[in-house]
Amino acid sequence: MAATATIPDVVEMELDPTSEVMSLQMGPSHPATHGTIKFWLKLDGEKILNCDVEIGYLHRGFEKMCEQRTWNHVVPYTDRLNYISPLINNVGFALAAEKMLDLEVPERCQYIRMIMSEISRMTDHFTCLGMGAAEAGALSVAFYALEARETLFDIVTAVTGARLTVSYTRVGGVTQDLPEGFADRIRGAFVDIRQVMADCDALLSKNRIFIERMSGVGVIPAEDVVSYGVTGPLLRACGVGYDVRKAYPYLFYDRVEFTVPTGTQGDNYDRFSVRFEEIRQSMRIIEQALDQIRPGPVRVDDPRITLPQKKDVYGNIEGLMNHFKLVIEGVRIPKGDIYQAVEGANGELGFYLVSDGSGRPYRVRVRPPCFFGMAALGQMLKGCLISDIITTFGMINMIGGECDR
Amino acid sequence: MPETGLLSKIEAAFPGKILEHYSQYGYDVIVLNRDDAVAIFATLRDHPDFAFNQLSDLTATDFLGQEPRFELMYQLNSLSLNHRLQVKIRVPEDAAWAHTVSSIWKSGDWLEREVWDMFGIKFTDHPDLRRILMYEEFKGHPLRKDYPVSKRQPLVEERDPITNPWPKR
Repeated sequence: MAATATIPDVVEMELDPTSEVMSLQMGPSHPATHGTIKFWLKLDGEKILNCDVEIGYLHRGFEKMCEQRTWNHVVPYTDRLNYISPLINNVGFALAAEKMLDLEVPERCQYIRMIMSEISRMTDHFTCLGMGAAEAGALSVAFYALEARETLFDIVTAVTGARLTVSYTRVGGVTQDLPEGFADRIRGAFVDIRQVMADCDALLSKNRIFIERMSGVGVIPAEDVVSYGVTGPLLRACGVGYDVRKAYPYLFYDRVEFTVPTGTQGDNYDRFSVRFEEIRQSMRIIEQALDQIRPGPVRVDDPRITLPQKKDVYGNIEGLMNHFKLVIEGVRIPKGDIYQAVEGANGELGFYLVSDGSGRPYRVRVRPPCFFGMAALGQMLKGCLISDIITTFGMINMIGGECDR
Repeated sequence: MPETGLLSKIEAAFPGKILEHYSQYGYDVIVLNRDDAVAIFATLRDHPDFAFNQLSDLTATDFLGQEPRFELMYQLNSLSLNHRLQVKIRVPEDAAWAHTVSSIWKSGDWLEREVWDMFGIKFTDHPDLRRILMYEEFKGHPLRKDYPVSKRQPLVEERDPITNPWPKR
């Protein structure tokens, strides 16, 4: 299907007068676009003149469903947003709801949430980096990265009981304490993970094929990235050191030392390197948190918010009624609205909650970080080749569940 | 880190234009009139005291049964000064529209498409106000409170490159 060269963007590209602009629809089920997504391309040979990104194929009505359930019922839904790092979603939602309740959760609970968030950030980055490298032809890196990720998922399973659909937090705490020997297991896993990272580094950092596929591809100036609302590794790759953990500290991120890695070029190679370094920083945060964490309760002791002990539910009428009221009517959150952001693996993960004072949310809005990266993708790809779509899309790390909700 | 005095600076910069203002949970909230909003947004982005260079989020809430029915929530963020501001604009049901901010922040483009898709609030002068998460043939706006959660949609005609092609983009 030939189209005329009258699209304003296309004219700027100094078209060869003899060439013909081709329209191509790529997706929605393309093997290289993990996640269902469609690109409406205008091509001059292999060169991309214009790329219109179509999202929404995985829309499941998350926000509408949340309005039908109690506050705690929203937690399992948040697992299914960014399902590679579900714990960060759980924590973000719980923090927003607790802030509306003006509730301070116990110190141990905050440390646990911080450790689990960082583990999730690592699993997310390992998935993104491994798949990104595999798509550029470095399949061994993918296997190493997935091995490291599975080590972490085993730990997540030991803590929460599930690999991905963890539903670990509740309003007012977490479901259960860390298992026996958790700290030793983490330290042991980190020895392996550091080895895996050294291997990946050795495979990639001087690999000419990899560098030429990634370097100078998908470049976008910093001011445009900011204007597009992009945060996280994509923004930091452009040299803007914005991180919610530093800018608006939550949990105990102000008690641990870590640096925010930034890039210089704003290309795919910087996006890769920034994520790589963030894994190391996450390990630093976890190790410091493990040194600082002390035994204690993991949820607040308030019958209006957390469920009673099972022996009370079965043993006395007050416990039974307490349990019934919390399960059927839910936690009551005062009337109002809040915007609370946490640093997700892909950037600022925001929760905008509106409560009408009943046991159910009036409105739950998620600010999905990769939505903004996808909005900027069209500009990143202009002037690139078709094969560059794969690496650029990989480095945006679009997660369908989160982007389309 | 709540920036102390942000609200008073805003009050001084736009006298009489701020309908309501308050602080909550460590950030400031102002309520604006729909017609003043674009000029104020442009100043908030460019003035060195505010430097809100990012529109983090834009969404709406449907307060069915109240007047005005819709409330737009703009979450602004300054990456250089590390402060946030929430701007609210109330929109009545019979004139459900607002002015676009996509010329001020590029993120406004997709965010406004989503608000149009989910709530049916139009944005005047938006360059390309299409649905974004739903498909073009979808009937209604799903996040409105009067859209039933179990509602079903009519079947969509099959696309065919010759007889029923996709719309041109």
